[in-house]
Amino acid sequence: MKKTVLLGTVAGLAAGGALAQNSSTLEQVRDRGNLICGVTTGLTGFSAPDANGEWQGFDVDLCRAIAAATLGDPNAADFVTTTGQTRFSALASGEIDVLTRNTTWTYSRDNDLDFEFAGVNYYDGQGFMVPAELGVTSALDLDGATVCIQTGTTTELNLADFFRANNISYEPVPIETNAEAQQQYLAGACDVYTTDASGLAATRATFENADEHVILPEIISKEPLGPAVRHGDPVWGDIVRWTLNALVTAEELGITSANVMDLAAEAGDNPEVNRLLGTEGELPEMLGLESDAFANAIAAVGNYGEIFERNIGESTPIGLARGLNALYTEGGLQYAPPFR
Amino acid sequence: MSDTHAQTAAFQASFVREEMVAASPPPARDRGVVKWLRENLFSSWLNVILTVLGLLAIWWIASHVFPWMLRGIWVADSLSECREIRNERYGEGVGAACWAVLTERWNQLMFGFYPQDLYWRPVAGVAFFVAALMPILFSRLPRWTLWFSAAAPFVAFWLIWGGTIWAPVVVAGGFALGALAYVALSNVNQIAATLAAIVVPVLFWLFAAGPLIGALQSAIPLAIEFVPSDDIGGFLLAVIIGFSAIILSLPLGILLALGRRSDLFIISKVSVAFIETIRGVPLIVWLFTASLLLNYFMPPGTNFDLMLRVIIMVTLFASAYIAEVVRGGLAALPKGQYEGADSLGLDYWQSMRLVILPQALKISIPGIVNTFIGLFKDTTLVVFIGLLDPIGLSNAIRATTAWNGIYWELFIFIGLLFFVCCFAMSRYSMYLERKLAREHR
Amino acid sequence: MTTIDHAGRGEGGFRLSQLLYDRRYRSLTIQAVAMILLVLLVVWLVDNTVTNLSRQGKDIDFGFLGTVAGYDINQTLIPYSSQDTHLRAAAVGILNTLLVAFLGCIAATIVGVLAGVARLSRNWLISGLMAVYVEGFRNVPLLLWIIVIFAVMSEGMPQPRAFRGDDPAASMLLGDSVAITNRGIYIPGVEFAAPLAGSTGWTWALILGAVLAGVLAARVVKKRADARQEATGERPVTWPLRLALILGPAIALLFVFGAGLNKPELAGFNFQGGIHMRNSLIALWFALTLYTGAFIAENVRAGILSVSKGQSEAAFALGLRPGRTMSLIILPQALRVIIPPLISQYLNLTKNSSLALAVGYMDVRSTLGGITINQTGRELEGMLLLGLFYLVTSLTISALLNVYNGSVKLKER
Repeated sequence: MKKTVLLGTVAGLAAGGALAQNSSTLEQVRDRGNLICGVTTGLTGFSAPDANGEWQGFDVDLCRAIAAATLGDPNAADFVTTTGQTRFSALASGEIDVLTRNTTWTYSRDNDLDFEFAGVNYYDGQGFMVPAELGVTSALDLDGATVCIQTGTTTELNLADFFRANNISYEPVPIETNAEAQQQYLAGACDVYTTDASGLAATRATFENADEHVILPEIISKEPLGPAVRHGDPVWGDIVRWTLNALVTAEELGITSANVMDLAAEAGDNPEVNRLLGTEGELPEMLGLESDAFANAIAAVGNYGEIFERNIGESTPIGLARGLNALYTEGGLQYAPPFR
Repeated sequence: MSDTHAQTAAFQASFVREEMVAASPPPARDRGVVKWLRENLFSSWLNVILTVLGLLAIWWIASHVFPWMLRGIWVADSLSECREIRNERYGEGVGAACWAVLTERWNQLMFGFYPQDLYWRPVAGVAFFVAALMPILFSRLPRWTLWFSAAAPFVAFWLIWGGTIWAPVVVAGGFALGALAYVALSNVNQIAATLAAIVVPVLFWLFAAGPLIGALQSAIPLAIEFVPSDDIGGFLLAVIIGFSAIILSLPLGILLALGRRSDLFIISKVSVAFIETIRGVPLIVWLFTASLLLNYFMPPGTNFDLMLRVIIMVTLFASAYIAEVVRGGLAALPKGQYEGADSLGLDYWQSMRLVILPQALKISIPGIVNTFIGLFKDTTLVVFIGLLDPIGLSNAIRATTAWNGIYWELFIFIGLLFFVCCFAMSRYSMYLERKLAREHR
Repeated sequence: MTTIDHAGRGEGGFRLSQLLYDRRYRSLTIQAVAMILLVLLVVWLVDNTVTNLSRQGKDIDFGFLGTVAGYDINQTLIPYSSQDTHLRAAAVGILNTLLVAFLGCIAATIVGVLAGVARLSRNWLISGLMAVYVEGFRNVPLLLWIIVIFAVMSEGMPQPRAFRGDDPAASMLLGDSVAITNRGIYIPGVEFAAPLAGSTGWTWALILGAVLAGVLAARVVKKRADARQEATGERPVTWPLRLALILGPAIALLFVFGAGLNKPELAGFNFQGGIHMRNSLIALWFALTLYTGAFIAENVRAGILSVSKGQSEAAFALGLRPGRTMSLIILPQALRVIIPPLISQYLNLTKNSSLALAVGYMDVRSTLGGITINQTGRELEGMLLLGLFYLVTSLTISALLNVYNGSVKLKER
């Protein structure tokens, strides 16, 4: 399909496209044989290419899980890099099937831009990092400070709101990429670097002298990051939502990538495990998926906890604690509705 | 012997020089290094000051940059390992470049995510393409080699993207059909022939090409592995966008230039409007248009990948600039050439094809090459719409935990890469300019 | 249809085939066909756009310009806060674009002329250095230069922190009035104790007006002196009078409004007071200047080389000194060759200023074409306005400079 598209346009044909949008996203994905996910052009721990050109990261693994659930093959996921500016039109125009790109779920994005957020895979919040030698202990001490921000995100709006609400002044230095913001911050061109707390921790972890920088206690915003799909295809939204839920439920039920195949081989004692893995009832079939869809997803990337630990957890250089992203049973917010 | 003695005595000269004195060397200040220095560096007070300042600047830059570069570490798996090696070798806090990122990510910077076992394909494709450009660039080569140039885009396309060989063959067949239609009708009527040359291939591509490719492929399956555009990145991406845009924009640019100089009111005004609109707006805005808006302008449901949209947009962009270069070439031709062509009874297209354009294009080539250099450098702007060109990849590489925090090494490498290519091309364009100047004298 | 009307009025015996074969009608036929095709194309594009927009539940609506922007901008030439509208944010961006383009054009001309002349210098080192500069900047992407210059400036200059303490690592220049930091350069600003109608802006406008009037008056004086020189061969000394005419009123006004210097001082995290030229502006300005300057240098070099050697020899034979030769003989002739490409370099610089995004300079691309589009999702409208702005700016610049070009062009016949 894609070949003729490519060729037609190379030849200068205007109407080269053939992906009719009348069929559902799931059908399109199946016809095409691959799932196209929008990811960032690079965000430490969330999506980045390794030396072999394989994409790795927290968001990337979610995409692989969806690919495994819909197509049975985690390697059927293709990644399209998007910037903060191009991500929404890429999704709206159908260039990508699902946006797994640390995107904050907000009211206007959900309703004005007409997207559907299929849950939250990372609860984040905007924080501040400052050099320890400044002696700043609270964001409220930052009156008159120069603040480096990454543009194209909700960050700049939160920042404006925070400083206005507290009636303190600041000097924003908007920067296009994380790498540049990091360079500016380390060179002292700004006093403070602000972005999502996960990004701050990831950035700080790679500093030569990480001890000389502190992350302030204030988290000034709610940044529920989650996968987004187009409005108007509820089934596809549900597939993404319940794949994410399956990963969380798997952690809750103790299903890991190591034991999932054994558990899925035949029905066991726990009925919810059976329903999730497709050995009992017909839950995945209700979405038009194969019965082992969720088992495949878990087998491909592991449960939510495994994904977290492998990419951004405390054993990695980034070293994020679970915090809000722990299961609700452990004091966090990750809570999946029951598979019933 | 005695005779000479007698003569000598007769003149009573106290001294006669019998051989030339060896020429004494010029004064120390007028020879060798000193003279060169005096004339070239210290000819006046102003020059002395400038020289000293220049030397200071060179020394300052060299003393800051060279040690850092020369201490560079070439083998390491991550930035932190680089730092450890550096601490071991030179002590903590000493500046040392970490070139290891280049050795590890070399492939990615050059080819993006292109499958590693298929690297020969883009290399062969680009090499074939460049080789096929030679007949156009250097007029000494025999003319039949131009057929290679005509085939080059299709061969390069097939090698880089892969897939069935019938796709490029059938598309090329469309051009052949157009040429046939033109030849067949040109005896009947010029306008009809021209129209047919445009309409026939377009109809062929729109309706016949797809099924024909499928049929041929099922009859004689000849295909190599298909590589999607998403996998293409790095320097290869810059080369592909640059080359395809310049090749595609040439015919369009020539038409626009002819249109702008045309006597036909509507055509000339439309050409002017198109050229000025494109040239009046920065490329980055056009790229955002390609990324955000182009899908709006296409029939509902059309969806083709970003790289193609970018190529289309950059082609339109380049064609406006090429049009201005060609217009300069057309204007530079003496009026006698136009009048001469008319007096031979040639019609418009014949006179353009046989008399005017060959000469005008020849003098426009340096300008076209310069446009291409500018365009090639501007391909770096695609980073703003999320394509992974070398700069985009440098951001992606920095996002891995291994290389987060590496900065200058990548930029220096990318800068050098572009410099080498662009510098070579600009030398070529200067060579052409000199050659043209000689020939015109 | 017009074709047929026109053709129908032809002298009797009109045949349809004349539309194709008769020169009188053929051009009309072609134009009519071209027009129809063009209209069809436009209709097709517009129709597609409308259909696509309605499919996505969008419309074309410029109302978003009136809503609250919500983001802050660091460099604002007109008052702006995050509670102002998107329209005002766009205006701030437009002014920032024009500012950097204006500064860049001036500086690039200076750099380009100097480098072009220096490249022809007999000083081997200097001409070599200039060649390296020109080739280096012409052959490496501008984006890379902008990023690198920005990074070099932030690494190479002292942080405001370095000015603090009993034994600071860096100190202010010119009697504690100028601070060069890696956040920008702080210079003293002018403050008015009693500004006109309480507004600093109006005061400056008045002073600017006074200077302009002074310049006009000075020109009149110069013209008179010229006339006198023509008539008598004597040139009266006028420069003190002209200087006084230009600067006198302005200085008097400054005095009247109680102008004083407002020096920057280190307070808290940053220097406060005075005028802050941000690093993003300086880096962008610098990069655009050096990049465009390299191209202008080549134009200038070509222009000077295009003046035949006989011209300067003739000038020397007349007894003109080298400086006068350059200014009276060589440059006026070289200018004719230099100006047309110079115009397109100015246009390029203006368009290239849209790369401001890379260093976080809030130009119109970053405000209207960046954050605003991103927050409102109005990409079609935003891009349209953005393109329109650049188009109008480019056309205006090229129109103005073409008028100037016409005035220096060799008058033929």
